[in-house]
Amino acid sequence: MRSSTSEKFDIKENEYQPVNGTITRTHNFTEDDKLFEIQLLEGKDLGHQPGQFVMLLVPNVGEVPISVTSSPTKPGPFELTIRAVGNVTNAIHKMGPGDSVGIRGPYGTGFKPEIFEGEDMLYIAGGIGLAPLRSMINYSLDNREKFGDLTTVYGAKEPAEQLYTDELQDWKERDDMEYLETVDQCPTDQEWEGRIGVITTCIPDVNIDPDTTKVLVCGPPVMYQFVLEELDDLAVPDENIYLSLERNMHCGRGLCGHCQMNELYVCTDGPVFNYPEVRDKEEAEV
Amino acid sequence: MKIIDKPEFTTLIDEKISSEPRDVVGVQDDGEKYVFDELETADDLALDYDVTMLSPKKYIMPQRETYLEYQKSNGDYEWRAKTNPEGKVIVGIHPYDLVAIEQLDKIFIDTFKDEPYRAKRENSLLIGVNMQKASETAFAGSMGTATTDSGYDLLLTELGDRYAIEIGTLEGKEFLAPAETRTARSEEIEEVNRIEEEDIPDLFENELEFSPDELPTVLEENYDNMEFWEDYSENCVSCGTCNLVCPTCCCFSVEMTRDLDGKGGKQTRRWDGCLLEDFAAVAGDENFREEKAERHRHRLMRKGRYIYERYGDIACIGCGRCTSECVPNVADPCDIYNKLKKEMTANAQ
Ligand SMILES: Cc1cc2nc3c(=O)[nH]c(=O)nc-3n(C[C@H](O)[C@H](O)[C@H](O)COP(=O)(O)OP(=O)(O)OC[C@H]3O[C@@H](n4cnc5c(N)ncnc54)[C@H](O)[C@@H]3O)c2cc1C
Ligand code: SF4
Ligand code: SF4
Ligand code: FES
Repeated sequence: MRSSTSEKFDIKENEYQPVNGTITRTHNFTEDDKLFEIQLLEGKDLGHQPGQFVMLLVPNVGEVPISVTSSPTKPGPFELTIRAVGNVTNAIHKMGPGDSVGIRGPYGTGFKPEIFEGEDMLYIAGGIGLAPLRSMINYSLDNREKFGDLTTVYGAKEPAEQLYTDELQDWKERDDMEYLETVDQCPTDQEWEGRIGVITTCIPDVNIDPDTTKVLVCGPPVMYQFVLEELDDLAVPDENIYLSLERNMHCGRGLCGHCQMNELYVCTDGPVFNYPEVRDKEEAEV
Repeated sequence: MKIIDKPEFTTLIDEKISSEPRDVVGVQDDGEKYVFDELETADDLALDYDVTMLSPKKYIMPQRETYLEYQKSNGDYEWRAKTNPEGKVIVGIHPYDLVAIEQLDKIFIDTFKDEPYRAKRENSLLIGVNMQKASETAFAGSMGTATTDSGYDLLLTELGDRYAIEIGTLEGKEFLAPAETRTARSEEIEEVNRIEEEDIPDLFENELEFSPDELPTVLEENYDNMEFWEDYSENCVSCGTCNLVCPTCCCFSVEMTRDLDGKGGKQTRRWDGCLLEDFAAVAGDENFREEKAERHRHRLMRKGRYIYERYGDIACIGCGRCTSECVPNVADPCDIYNKLKKEMTANAQ
């Protein structure tokens, strides 16, 4: 035995203990993307920060990391937006109100809103990357007086792939946040009057002061390099850029090794990184 | 330091086998290899072994372990984190394996508070034994792990018809109490010191040609040396065996299985390895370590650099297990470290 081993951990009896969560509402954005509102047992508050994730346990199927998409400023149940891509994500798509799941977390470093208070913000989201960013966007809208200028750029593959369409409409109409959107393409059977082109084509058009603006980016892996080049052209200093990255995850708490990216663990050192922390890490692929 | 006659030690272990509530396991010869396995009698102990197939890590971090169960009741699921706190008395651990367990303690107990690991560790008693033989592939002598002065409850050193016993903890002392022992004489203490300082370092044929302190730098300098990583990993078949036999590898994957009655199920974790092809793959055809060379580089970086940067330990303790178990003869870390050092020297010129 080891002298320090005999004390049980006092944080919680066991970090692997999930809390039961009940799905209270769902909403289909697209065929593959669905929003789940989840209420924890006994009305317990998740207590997350924007940008953090939970480990979602779907009974009989498996466990996956999913970002919390609702802002902590929203009281009551929290929300996840899940894209059906494999076993677990397809299984939860078949579930609905009243069904129950397990929740561990929240985990990871979030966007730490307190460090952004007083700053101008630029949010850049590609595809499902809007899910984690939305929690921060709504946080800053709900605490509007604490932030400077707000700008959001959102790119989807095609019009029918857009998430949170009602909310996007509201963002468009607001005069306290600049909102730009684009789609990569518009198939002939869909309607679209806006911009067509990949997300990077929007960036030269954003009207920001590069020295006072913090930029938060989340999207598919291929997006980062191109967005970072555009931000460099705008003369945004690297220290002002924050990226939320995604990797394979099995434990969510720094042990299983799956999410490792050079010496960094995306689950505990991230998923949100300040760009200089990962700029020279080859495995970050940014 | 205490002295115990060999027959008295055998009697002590036999008594423990019948009286201890815990399993008593120890090193035995299974006909082909040395293994840690449950002891039926102390006569089966083979304490003059060279290396065991797997390290005693398997008792504290089992190859498969259920850590969570769930059951459906009234529509809701009841989730129960569960810990199997079964410890073992483990007899015959070489110092390098004790060092490996101390490294895992730092990660699983001190840093991340992993209850399933902690509970088994708390209830285990580690009886070490100084090496009398080394396998051809071991290089613990040059890694500074061939001897240790911590990490054990008891540590034996063979002195002909007796064992010298170093007591590491109060529990070790209590374990030994029923046996007849005497305090070591000064020449016996000197003999143990001589064995540790002279005989043990001489056991190794394989050695690191530079100080292990330099390893993090040697690896860092060769990070971008893709030609090297590609060359050396060329014949690897990505079987992951080198990960599985390694006493410091601790990556795992998690699986959910449902019970046959359909009302519940469990979460199980099992050893996984970063050399397996899909270790870093995610949905949608993205694999963050797709190339064999990248996976090998990661394994070596983790052993000699990443864990060092985070926890201050070189996570290769030089047991040589990966070398002996790799069929295409690729995995030898000692050879790799030595070659990397030469590459570095060559590049500097
Ligand atoms: C921090 C973080 C936040 C995320 N947030 C969201 C979100 O808000 N919405 C959303 O739809 N998706 C999100 N994902 C991705 C989501 O976790 C994967 O789509 C999901 O794990 C796929 O699991 P599956 O069983 O459906 O797929 P399968 O392909 O059947 O999964 C097979 C195995 O691969 C692993 N795996 C596969 N893809 C991923 C992945 N991208 N990330 C981690 N593990 C993976 C799984 O653990 C599983 O063991 C997030 C991922 C991370 C790391
Ligand atoms: S190095 Fe050898 S043991 Fe390791 S994965 Fe490759 S072939 Fe298997
Ligand atoms: S890498 Fe090989 S030699 Fe080093 S500790 Fe692991 S199994 Fe032993
Ligand atoms: S998800 Fe297990 S270490 Fe990060």
